[in-house]
Amino acid sequence: MTKLKRVLCGTMCLAMAGSMFTACGDDNSSSTAADVAPVEQKKEGSDESKNTIKIYVWNQEFQGLFRRYYPDYDAEKSGYDTAKNEKTGTGDDYLKDGKKVVWVVNENTNNNYQDKLDTALKAQSESDDKIDIFLIEADYALKYVNSGYTTPLKDIGVTDDDTKDMYDYTKQVATASDGTLRAVSWQATPGLFAYRRDIASEVLGTDDPEKVQAELSDWDKFDAVAEKMNAKGYKMLSGFDDSYRVFSNNVSKPWVENDTIQVDDQLMKWVDQTKNYTDKGYNNKTTLWADAWSADQGPSGKVFGFFYSTWGINFTLAGNSLEKSEKDGGKQEVGNGLYGKYAVCEGPAAFFWGGTWLCAAAGTDNADTVADIMKKMTCDKDIAKKLTLDTLDYTNNKTAMQEIADDASYGSAFLGGQNHIKLFAAAAPNIKMDKTTAYDQGLNEAFQNAFHDYFNGTADKDAAMDNFYKAALEKYPNLKKAD
Amino acid sequence: MASSNKHKSISYAKWGYFFIIPFFVVYAAFQLYPMFSTIRDSFYSKMTVGLIEYPEKFVGLDNYTNLFKEGDIFTYFGNTFIIWIIGFIPQIFVSLLLAAWFTDIRLKLKAQGFFKVVIYLPNIIMAAAVSMLFFAIFSDIGPINDIYKSISGSEEPYQFFGHITSTRLIIAIINFIMWFGNTTILLMAAIMGVDPALYEAAEIDGASPSQTFWQITIPSIRPILIFVLVTSLIGGVQMYDIPQIITNGTGSPVRSSMTVVMYLNNQISVGKNYGKAGTISVVLFLVAAILSLAVAAINSKDQIAENRAKKLKKKKMKGAYRI
Repeated sequence: MTKLKRVLCGTMCLAMAGSMFTACGDDNSSSTAADVAPVEQKKEGSDESKNTIKIYVWNQEFQGLFRRYYPDYDAEKSGYDTAKNEKTGTGDDYLKDGKKVVWVVNENTNNNYQDKLDTALKAQSESDDKIDIFLIEADYALKYVNSGYTTPLKDIGVTDDDTKDMYDYTKQVATASDGTLRAVSWQATPGLFAYRRDIASEVLGTDDPEKVQAELSDWDKFDAVAEKMNAKGYKMLSGFDDSYRVFSNNVSKPWVENDTIQVDDQLMKWVDQTKNYTDKGYNNKTTLWADAWSADQGPSGKVFGFFYSTWGINFTLAGNSLEKSEKDGGKQEVGNGLYGKYAVCEGPAAFFWGGTWLCAAAGTDNADTVADIMKKMTCDKDIAKKLTLDTLDYTNNKTAMQEIADDASYGSAFLGGQNHIKLFAAAAPNIKMDKTTAYDQGLNEAFQNAFHDYFNGTADKDAAMDNFYKAALEKYPNLKKAD
Repeated sequence: MASSNKHKSISYAKWGYFFIIPFFVVYAAFQLYPMFSTIRDSFYSKMTVGLIEYPEKFVGLDNYTNLFKEGDIFTYFGNTFIIWIIGFIPQIFVSLLLAAWFTDIRLKLKAQGFFKVVIYLPNIIMAAAVSMLFFAIFSDIGPINDIYKSISGSEEPYQFFGHITSTRLIIAIINFIMWFGNTTILLMAAIMGVDPALYEAAEIDGASPSQTFWQITIPSIRPILIFVLVTSLIGGVQMYDIPQIITNGTGSPVRSSMTVVMYLNNQISVGKNYGKAGTISVVLFLVAAILSLAVAAINSKDQIAENRAKKLKKKKMKGAYRI
């Protein structure tokens, strides 16, 4: 009897499982072609959604700028202290017309932000709680720009005239295959080489940015300086990844063509240079964003300089340079660690790094507000200029930036009085983003990671390349290895 | 009608079924269904990369042949096994020793409760948190490297996570620290279940502590030892969170600390390759099943032999009585 029961039980289980098999076998109606027309909305947003601006972000950067500079932000109702420029209240954010602003913050690590965003965007059409704005980064901008999940900005009222002062590359990368602009950025992110004035004086005999630039103007000269640094007990660069962007932005072919991964010669130049630097002790073997890398930028570091773009100099480097960190109550002021002892120059090649774009989600039910936020935050000359003067960030407005660049009295305290905007303004028009693909982020990461083993000596070049392809194809199973 | 009802006894059995329904519903929804859909996926080419979904296609055993042809999975099984065994050997050794000490009547250790709590504590903390802690301790600018630099006089830190052996060793050490307490408790329970008369007899016969341990304790707790081995083996095959966090998912250096589950996770981290992920899951499931069955078989084989020996003894004894 018990045996019979067991048999019955087993068959029932199987039957149940079998019915599930059939349940998940249908619905293969997904599209493969990159159709860029905005996704049709099957459901309208609820009244609450129509009064809520829902914004997807991965950190607090835009949040802070929005609260500080968006004119229609209701600081009083939101509990924002305009004197201290920080939010002291704990409630929601509100606009002056009473609309609520909801931030959905998802950490960027391990593709988490994109995963959450993708899921939400795919559900947007059926949802009554619509996403209005989401932020994207340069490395994967095309993935969203070239999709039906973004709205052409001219459809919501952001015109070519509004964006005429923006740097061309910021518009180029945000243009979908149908020629419509899909995203706008408040910042342009040309990169420079930030170096220590004290080390420059000691080793090169000068800390003047123009003279230092003359010593670093191409890679051969850069290598020669690295040798001099080493002789005096300093490191030229902190780690393996520091110069990566300077090479990878100057590639002659995109990462992926016809679904085939191609490794550009410039990237191999990075590999060879970094291996050489590592073997000779010109770098400190750190990796990007590691604690040791950050520590190298502070007063205990022995590293000559860092390749950084606009935001990196103002936010990351300035913070890391302090003796007493801001967490411990230190202030960003001359005398605290290396604050005021850095300077910037163009370095051996032009590059850019990062940048954040605002997209209007397809199906937004607050199109007018979204358009206004974009116009104010990214197109308005006065706000752009004020933002740069306040935060040292480099904004995406040629006229405003040129005004600051031409202002002889302007200088950054962190950079010892140097007018870095002048250098940025000269570098920004040279940025090209025509070789970007939707796969850049994953492939850059995989490439850097795989070759760390080669630099550390645990793998030879071929093995590292092999491991790169393994990681790359894990991330993007739709791609192929080049023959 | 009424009279026939009277004769029927009231059955409460059906309530039993009602009570177990919640379990089966939850089990079916969260375990059985995913399991079968995973098996199904392993026969399909199915992936989503970013916002693009590729159409599903039945490919039969192609996923399996590709997986084995590629051969990477064998490397990752090897990695997993090496890391597991480095952690398991000290774990079983230390646990046995501690369990023997804690249960020894003659030693009469003081503050036993305190020590038991302390050795169990690491298991209460999340593996992820412990990994982060060890990552910070062994980082290039961490305290261990400070000590290393001051002892060796070297300017350069030793890159613990840049070398194969040290990375594997650190992962194994974390595994060991987290699990030896648990094993100790299990083994203590086993040892306390051994008939005290055996120990008394041994003492009277003048057996040394090591003789008691090897001749009485070990044979008596065999079933629990095998249980510990099986659970640790199955846990080891599924090792994931510690190496994932220590190496940030890359299994660096040279993918030498990439475990099978990390490999599985990589298939669905950025691009979602459900077909291949399903295939790896099925292979992993089969390996775990085979390992458990093998150990169980060895165990039961021994038991059968033991039973036979007992019967033989009984027969002999019976014979003895007859005489």
